[in-house]
Amino acid sequence: MNFDFSDDQKQLRDEARRFLTEKCPPKAVRAVIDGKAPYDRELWKGLADMGFLGVAIPEAFGGSGAGHLELCVIAEEMGRALAPVPFSSTVYLAAEALLLAGSDAQKQKWLPAIAQGNAVGTLALFEGSGNPSPKAIKLTAANGVLNGTKKPVADGAIADFAIVAARTGSTGRDTDIALYLVDLTSEGVEAKALTSIDPSRNQAEISFKNVKAELLGAANEGWSILSQVLDRAAVLIGFEQVGGSDRALEMGRDYALDRIAFGRQIGSFQAVKHMLADMYVSATLARSNCYYGAWALSTNASELPEAAAAARISATQAFQHCSKNNIQVHGGMGFTWEFDCHLYYRRSNAVAVGLGSLSYWEDQLIERMRQKNAA
Amino acid sequence: MNFDDTPQEAAFRAEAKAWIAANAPKQYEDELKKAALGRIQLKSANILEVAKAWQKKKADAGWAVPHWPKDYGGRGASPIERVIWQQEEGVFGKLGALFIIGHGMCGPTMMAYAAEEHKRQYLPPLASGEKIWCQLFSEPAGGSDVAGLRTRAEKDGDDWVINGQKIWTSGAHYSDYGILITRTDPTVPKHKGLTMFFLDMKSPGVEVKPIKQANGQAEFNEVYFTDVRIPDAQRLGAVGDGWNVSLTTLMNERMAIGANVATGFPELFEFCNSLMLDDGPAIDDPAVRSRLANWAVRASGLRYTSFRAISALSRGERPGPENSIGKLVAGAMLQDIATYALDLQGAAGVLNGPEDAEVAGKFQAMLLRSPATRVEGGTDEILRNIIAERVLGLPGDIRVDKDVPFNKIPTKGR
Repeated sequence: MNFDFSDDQKQLRDEARRFLTEKCPPKAVRAVIDGKAPYDRELWKGLADMGFLGVAIPEAFGGSGAGHLELCVIAEEMGRALAPVPFSSTVYLAAEALLLAGSDAQKQKWLPAIAQGNAVGTLALFEGSGNPSPKAIKLTAANGVLNGTKKPVADGAIADFAIVAARTGSTGRDTDIALYLVDLTSEGVEAKALTSIDPSRNQAEISFKNVKAELLGAANEGWSILSQVLDRAAVLIGFEQVGGSDRALEMGRDYALDRIAFGRQIGSFQAVKHMLADMYVSATLARSNCYYGAWALSTNASELPEAAAAARISATQAFQHCSKNNIQVHGGMGFTWEFDCHLYYRRSNAVAVGLGSLSYWEDQLIERMRQKNAA
Repeated sequence: MNFDDTPQEAAFRAEAKAWIAANAPKQYEDELKKAALGRIQLKSANILEVAKAWQKKKADAGWAVPHWPKDYGGRGASPIERVIWQQEEGVFGKLGALFIIGHGMCGPTMMAYAAEEHKRQYLPPLASGEKIWCQLFSEPAGGSDVAGLRTRAEKDGDDWVINGQKIWTSGAHYSDYGILITRTDPTVPKHKGLTMFFLDMKSPGVEVKPIKQANGQAEFNEVYFTDVRIPDAQRLGAVGDGWNVSLTTLMNERMAIGANVATGFPELFEFCNSLMLDDGPAIDDPAVRSRLANWAVRASGLRYTSFRAISALSRGERPGPENSIGKLVAGAMLQDIATYALDLQGAAGVLNGPEDAEVAGKFQAMLLRSPATRVEGGTDEILRNIIAERVLGLPGDIRVDKDVPFNKIPTKGR
């Protein structure tokens, strides 16, 4: 058994960490939070130059074709650094949807542009409150013309194109839903930036008025493709959450070692030690669940739906737990704008709902386990 | 990233699998599968006899304690082969519960500190299960603070004379030998005055009394020592070095990975699949699903954490500290899952008669046994200290008794 990343993959992780430590310090995250730019364009170009944007894109479409395990180790570092770039929308959602269901022409048009850092993509799924569900999709597609509004769309105001989930019928079945590929510079598209709890990442409302769009995949397979995209993204975002959990835990540990109160390091008090030990437990469980997800993702295993849901739940819990208790270990200083604790707290809670909430994935996990058990 | 065996591992697995298929006591397979947490009993046979027979059969074919050296009753298997053996032995491994202390703790301590003639004399029958060993560490005054133990050993000629009391000794009532940690010098700080021995449990002056537990069973004992004589030749390590010897014992246990730690989750999942609530199967209820999902990811997280440790072994490395989370996570799960399984049964959750209760009272038994899991072999709090100090590098507790002679440490809270 070798249930671990290879030496080459670990080297890639180290390389990504060195790059992000230099190019994406907390200062860079704060520049986006302070509204100086909608995202860190220089970092985005740097990621393209490093080959990180196209690591899971085949060579035929302008990537390096290294694979998804390589993407997992990069994702971990992106989460650790809180990188203020549209990486997850573009690479985990848009590129994965194209790879799964795109025509050759669609792939040729967008994938090389993604790998080179020249195109930002996203998935336009949600329409207000609620979790992923065919019933929640009201935006209509008739004869290749879209009408409706999506909100929130992650990175929607900075994206060049979007994969849009649209309703093509009203039979009440999953086959009513189709995916469309939309160039966001098209006539009738209007994107408006929205404020969010995590300003290091863009959120937007996009309205579509008689927008011409092309199908992505077969018209009756939209929901099925979407489900696969969400599973794949759940694993990849899980690695971002694992990276964020580890960093929040380290920040708490370091502060507990540095800070003196009552004449001793606060890390010598059991109340603090046990809080940090519990954070370590959460982070370790999440990492192990995500490793299994990575294996399933990279091998296209039939276990992927169950593995992805478990990775998603475990990683969401761990990041929320670690970022929340990192503030607690820091005490009052943790609640200042100056300390970085809140950046992790914000990100952990934003990603916790961005792909469908915990309760949604809990339901998905047990449904998938139940079906497997019945089979 | 893969789950494949190396060619050598595959060959070892095939050999183990074939031997187990031909020799395992399959007539007890179902009963062992269903066995509840705590002491295992068989309806149709005496568990002690069945376990000893299986162990002896394994020993005759060289499978008794695969990772031990051949001279001492093993086959010199590598750490990863040890794990593969455990995987293949599967449910029959439960029969090894009687020997876990002997094989996991007493044997390695003997190997590290006993005289060569003693190793050759005592280890093979320990491996083959013909002789059972126990570990005499905990005392009424020394549980988590095991170095606070008070059992005295005083030199008298070539012997040591032992007086005192041990507690929570698993299997003392059927054990032939034990390793015993004692205080040989109460005038020095507590960790410095300890000495380790091994002894014959049939020695005059040894008295074993079972402890009736909170759940009504009796897996553990009190052991009283009244002027028990142990020859100095049975001393393990130097006089006063008993604490370091005991650390060897405990460290060895940390290497014993790969065995599936019970969480209660598979049982709960199965129960929720079959239990009918007013509106249909429990598993279709959103509230039930949420609870199940939370435990599901903890159970899978532990499973894959052990896979990571096994991978480290397979590469010839020592498993990392992530391995220390197992019992901490699993203990709390058992208790919470049992509580929830009763909750799902409503008022009938109170019943535990095998005829009346759901799943023959398995969850009721789990509820009553699980508090012990969170205490035995390191309490939840000690495990959190270990993670905080050894994994995260946080400072140790400030110890007020560290430099104080043992006989000057207060013995009463108020």
